[in-house]
Amino acid sequence: MKNNKIIEIKNLEKSFYRRSVLGGKKVIPVLRNINFDIKQEEVFNLVGESGCGKTTTGKIIAGLIHPTSGEVLYRGKNIWDMKKQEFKKYRKAVQMIHQDPYASLNPMKQVYDILSAPLFRHDIVKSRNEAREKVLELLETVGMTPPKDFIDKYPHELSGGQRQRIVIARALTINPEFIVADEAVSMLDVSIRLSVIELLSNLKEKFGVAFLFITHDLAMAKYFGWHGRIAVMYVGKIVELGPTPEVIDNPLHPYTKALLAAIPEPDPEINKKKKMMKLRSLDIPNLMDLPSGCKFHPRCPFWIEGKCDKVEPELVEIEKGHFVACHLFDK
Amino acid sequence: MKKLKNFLWSLFVQPVILIAQNKTGLVGFIVLLIIIFMSFVGPYIIPLDTKVKLDKIYQPPSWEHILGTDSEGKDVFSQIVHGGKAVLTVAFLAALFSTLIAVTLGITSGFVGGRADTVIMFITEVVLTIPQFPLLAVLAAFIRLSSPTLLAFILGAVSWPALTRAIRAQALSLRERDFIEAAKILDLGSFHIIFSEILPNMMSYITISFVMAMTGAIYSQVGLILLGLVPLSGHNWGLMIQLAWTRGAIFFKDSLSYILSPILAIVLFQWSSVSFTRSLEGIFNPRLRVRR
Amino acid sequence: MRENSILSVQNLHVIYSALRGTVKAVRDVSFELRKRECLAFIGESGSGKSTLGTSLISLIPGTGRVSDGKIIYRGNSKEVNIAKLSENDVRKLRWKEIAMVFQSALNSFNPILKIWNHVLETAKAHGVNDKNFVRKKSLELLELVQLDPERVLKSFPHELSGGMKQRTLIAMSLLLDPKILILDEPTTALDILTQKNIIELLKKIKSELELAMIFISHDLSIAAELADRVATMYGGKIVEIGPTDSIFYHPKHPYTKGLLKAVPKISGGFEELFSIPGEPPDLINPPSGCPFHPRCQYADEICKKEAPQLERVEEEHYVACYKWRGIADEK
Repeated sequence: MKNNKIIEIKNLEKSFYRRSVLGGKKVIPVLRNINFDIKQEEVFNLVGESGCGKTTTGKIIAGLIHPTSGEVLYRGKNIWDMKKQEFKKYRKAVQMIHQDPYASLNPMKQVYDILSAPLFRHDIVKSRNEAREKVLELLETVGMTPPKDFIDKYPHELSGGQRQRIVIARALTINPEFIVADEAVSMLDVSIRLSVIELLSNLKEKFGVAFLFITHDLAMAKYFGWHGRIAVMYVGKIVELGPTPEVIDNPLHPYTKALLAAIPEPDPEINKKKKMMKLRSLDIPNLMDLPSGCKFHPRCPFWIEGKCDKVEPELVEIEKGHFVACHLFDK
Repeated sequence: MKKLKNFLWSLFVQPVILIAQNKTGLVGFIVLLIIIFMSFVGPYIIPLDTKVKLDKIYQPPSWEHILGTDSEGKDVFSQIVHGGKAVLTVAFLAALFSTLIAVTLGITSGFVGGRADTVIMFITEVVLTIPQFPLLAVLAAFIRLSSPTLLAFILGAVSWPALTRAIRAQALSLRERDFIEAAKILDLGSFHIIFSEILPNMMSYITISFVMAMTGAIYSQVGLILLGLVPLSGHNWGLMIQLAWTRGAIFFKDSLSYILSPILAIVLFQWSSVSFTRSLEGIFNPRLRVRR
Repeated sequence: MRENSILSVQNLHVIYSALRGTVKAVRDVSFELRKRECLAFIGESGSGKSTLGTSLISLIPGTGRVSDGKIIYRGNSKEVNIAKLSENDVRKLRWKEIAMVFQSALNSFNPILKIWNHVLETAKAHGVNDKNFVRKKSLELLELVQLDPERVLKSFPHELSGGMKQRTLIAMSLLLDPKILILDEPTTALDILTQKNIIELLKKIKSELELAMIFISHDLSIAAELADRVATMYGGKIVEIGPTDSIFYHPKHPYTKGLLKAVPKISGGFEELFSIPGEPPDLINPPSGCPFHPRCQYADEICKKEAPQLERVEEEHYVACYKWRGIADEK
């Protein structure tokens, strides 16, 4: 396992603007000062509830959305500063897997067309025969056996799990270094999810692909990214970051603790023993009217009056590799 | 050999099976085929009756003259057979012009967005606010609509805005779909995305719009002809209605078939076209395809 | 039908007509619902659980209908077969005796009506015209679900968050003191913390009101939290049913076992998971015999021939499998 960083995200910010009726612009901050890096062949989990900005982060890293400010460094160079040729190289290094297997494939195209298009475009194959060979090979790699049965199917003839495998095969066509998986298994049946996750793990082993695993399912993130790291996001900021086993077994941030306590387990006894963390308020923060200081303070049962509502805490390293943004850990 | 068989199957047999899935569409398709056959092949089979027979003016339908005779004793049925070609050709060409313009502008506007979108939409909206038919009438007064192609061009040039807006809306919504995003990330290129990813998904919409554009073009044509603004000679249904009108066919009981026949021909064509569109969805939607 | 049972479903078959053929969504399902118990139906897509839920109050969407079997409801010592009732008679039962909160019910609010108007209109549609009664009761129930009653009734749907809407729906479903409450995936669209709140709310309702609950979900873990008994469904049939502890600690059916081994847990360290091979069944052409046999490692000839009936394992615990005795317990 190499330790080189492929992607470094520095001070990433993203805001959307809305024109207010009374004139002037209303700023909706979706991402605020995001910093982290992804190492070669690593699984980096990005977890949080809806609206925390994890999908936006993924799209910025995939090069689909421009950040308002900040940098995304690929091997040291900011992708937003790159010239067209360099950016094209970046496009080949990063791929994305979307959540909805029903929307990720063009309903008008057969599997062969979907998988051969990038092969031809990037000159990976030169003839139809070569393309056919490669497509069959890809189908084999993602577990669609026998490949001949699937090559001329339309998306609607495949099940959700099979479609997702085609999506993965498509992402693999250009040999990426790193895949952004945005809720890659959330829309699949429970019994199918694991087989797709197993496929992703195999690909990691076989091709050395790194993953940015975006999800709200912490249990799955824990399983897939056990040997990697996890970052917990809340309202546009990373509130805790560290090696997955550390953060899951020894959470520091009150939000992380609340999340872990709120997840039901497939085990009645453990559920009975688990104590729900009572939050001060049930209201989810409104992006257009964020609270001052730490965004979690209105709900945090451990908040320090005068501090948490005035100053937003920074991400600080508490133990080796384990960072948290919380005043409770101020020295 | 097998490849040829498969090719022929998918080109001829499969579409018919798909069309047949919708009963209304099938009926419309059959009637449409009959009308097209009658208008383009019929003239070679049934000669036009050009003999003036003053003793047979305004005769009601009989075995000899299925649809009766006109003000000069000429057989109406043969006129109907010969009258479709001009009307349908102009309608087809007009729809082709307006659809081509609309698809080009609509997709560019919707997919590329930005300044191109603003400019195209501005022009579209300006043309859209001008009432179509009066504009046609004014143009017809200034331009000598001597050839069918010119007439078709004018008709097409006036009717593209509404379709452009609709196509743009479709392109806008398709642009946001995940598989388009995936195509972008795979760096497949704008050209590929527009022609290979977006266009196939819009085909059913485009063909249906094409058919509707044809029906619109027929109404516009006939309207212009009725107003006497089109100096076309030869035979067409619109001209038949105009002649029947000006020669007073509506005042005689016996001449009812003379004025009703072209009207019925036009209505039948419109109806069968619109009904056919019900089946078009089946052709372009792979979900409804039957595997052999 | 047992003494303390309130609902008895006997050999129920529900079918839909689709373009490709007849979908056999529910196949020979039998079970009883006791007073004040929460019975959970767990299954994935193609299991038939949602169809089962809607069939209980005769609200099967589209072309679906009960093709065989009985749904006996015992309310006030009078027994009636819901499957054979006319639409008028069923309407008298709906909401007054049996209420249902649907899947994606969050979208069932009319955006131009205030919540109070919704409640009033719904009440009127079910023959309750006493405005004062409805007002008083809805205020009470909204308090029960921990919402600010006056504020909610005055609001439009878009002014409420997903969690608030769901709680409002649950409150509304209880307006006429139903004896049975059916919930179909009530927490699917909600965030982790909000989901936990709804689960706690349902627990509270269960203990405070004399209510029997049917809980339909694909999420085993929520069943582990809420249910007294769990039934796992596969291919339109109940494959196993029993008390929650029995199902989670002594599962006997290969599918139930497979599911439990395929779901990641958040607590405890790293646990290896095992996927279930294959795909969910096609309900137009379901597998012959036992619906699970194509994916089952223990299947043999008899499993393919005839579907097994539910067999008693221990007190209250039944399984539909020919091989259960031979399969060793794990752990």
